[in-house]
Amino acid sequence: MSGVPSIRSREIKIVQNIPISKTLKFWEGLKKGKVYATKCVKCGKLHFPPSADCSECLSSEMDWIELSSEAEIETFTHVVVRPASFQQHKPYTVAIGKLKEGVKVLAWLTGFKMSEIRVGMKAKLVAKTTLEGNLTYEFVPL
Amino acid sequence: MRKVAIIGVGHSKFGNRNDVNVAELTFEAVKPSLEDAGITAKDVEFMALGSAGAGAWCEELIPAVVAAEYCGLKKPGLVRCEAACASGSAAFFTAYSAIASGQAEIAMALGVEKMKEVDTPTAMEWIGRAGYYLWEFHNFGLTFPAYYALYANAHMAKFGTTEEDLALVAVKNHKYGAMNPVAHFQKQITVDDVLSSTVIASPLKLFDCCPITDGSASVILASEEKVKELGIDTPVWVAGIGYSSGTANMSKRPDYVGLDASVKAAQMAYKKAKVTPDQIEFATVHDCFTIAEIMAYEDIGFCKKGEGAKLIREGQTEIGGKIPVNMDGGLKAKGHPIGTTGCSMIYEVTKQLREEAIEKSRQVPLKNYIGLAHNVGGTGHYCYVTILRR
Ligand SMILES: [Zn+2]
Repeated sequence: MSGVPSIRSREIKIVQNIPISKTLKFWEGLKKGKVYATKCVKCGKLHFPPSADCSECLSSEMDWIELSSEAEIETFTHVVVRPASFQQHKPYTVAIGKLKEGVKVLAWLTGFKMSEIRVGMKAKLVAKTTLEGNLTYEFVPL
Repeated sequence: MRKVAIIGVGHSKFGNRNDVNVAELTFEAVKPSLEDAGITAKDVEFMALGSAGAGAWCEELIPAVVAAEYCGLKKPGLVRCEAACASGSAAFFTAYSAIASGQAEIAMALGVEKMKEVDTPTAMEWIGRAGYYLWEFHNFGLTFPAYYALYANAHMAKFGTTEEDLALVAVKNHKYGAMNPVAHFQKQITVDDVLSSTVIASPLKLFDCCPITDGSASVILASEEKVKELGIDTPVWVAGIGYSSGTANMSKRPDYVGLDASVKAAQMAYKKAKVTPDQIEFATVHDCFTIAEIMAYEDIGFCKKGEGAKLIREGQTEIGGKIPVNMDGGLKAKGHPIGTTGCSMIYEVTKQLREEAIEKSRQVPLKNYIGLAHNVGGTGHYCYVTILRR
């Protein structure tokens, strides 16, 4: 990296297998174009990201609820300088939108001109499978 | 709870330190802190080390043990503290608690981070994962500038804060950084330099962001009895430490115009120290990005919510203003070696309270001798506020 004397450490490659058994319905829902949240049967708290356990009352009895799609954008940013594992992507826009159920979602926002994006504007939340086959969701124009 | 004093501080040069390894870097802070306290390495009974990323961006996974051996500590109790960018304050709190509780007479808080042994995209990857990897990084690739940019756009939309206001924070902190020989950047900049720098995550540009920095800082704490026994002439007392935290997911925050963790930690610190915000004579605040300093003014009570930009516009956070902030150049110009920053802030507040700021031009005038260090971890994921008095 520079002319200063150094030795190179041994190389390791890190890839973790992240369990999704307890939120499988969410990931399978994305494949079918649906975005699910969980709702606590005991206290009624709606959880997004979906959670198998209720942080409000600590019950583990949950219903799966399909979320509505219209969101109000609370904030956003265009990410120009990307981290190592996103180097192959073009710069992307990340936004946080609030749904009418009251939960907020952080996701990419696509399909808008940069100059059109404003705090307070409306967008639609949709499920998506990326070209690389990753299951995700994003905000798009209504 | 016993009274606890800071009796010695040490600080390495911050910057691109690929001339030293992580152990050698800690030595540059530990040795002067021991000399400053007038004690030897064997007197340290307990050491808490703050490091967020050792093992990720530098090769040592258990740096507390490596540093203790290298610096000649004699089998003290050891722990590594992780509170993201507030790891140094978490280490300080741990060392403080060891003494306040009566379990130790002399303890050390040591911060170290060695971030530049990996390339910049890899460093940004590790820092970007410091939120909720599964829900907010995996598919969305947020970086640290991006997290704070979410706050910047919301603050600008709600309060009319401008990119020029953000730039003023960078200009101020570079002005004082230029007077600090241990700072990463010792160069003054202009508003135009900031506004014309390359966009990192809109609206934040290169000069709105703190650099990726290597550095270490060491703080030695002692009980009141030990202060007397050692004949310490200028002990700096820990008046109160407040702490709080915030949700891992950004999507679960109530709004994006302030950090709730900062508000709660500050209120707790004021209560414990029995002081009000207007009694604080100067502060170091967590300016990892320019917007963070403006939110800090508001969150810790130096002005009302939404009036942070006014404070910087009026020059109230310069020497001679209502409340001088970041007279060491802040994270912005001094640099932000993640887990070191908390200890570096304590170093600066201690030096100021002893009226030993290295350059007199950045020494704040003091009457009550009360200073504050505000250290945020992550994007308001953690917060520690420490109030010190002479
Ligand atoms: Zn519940």
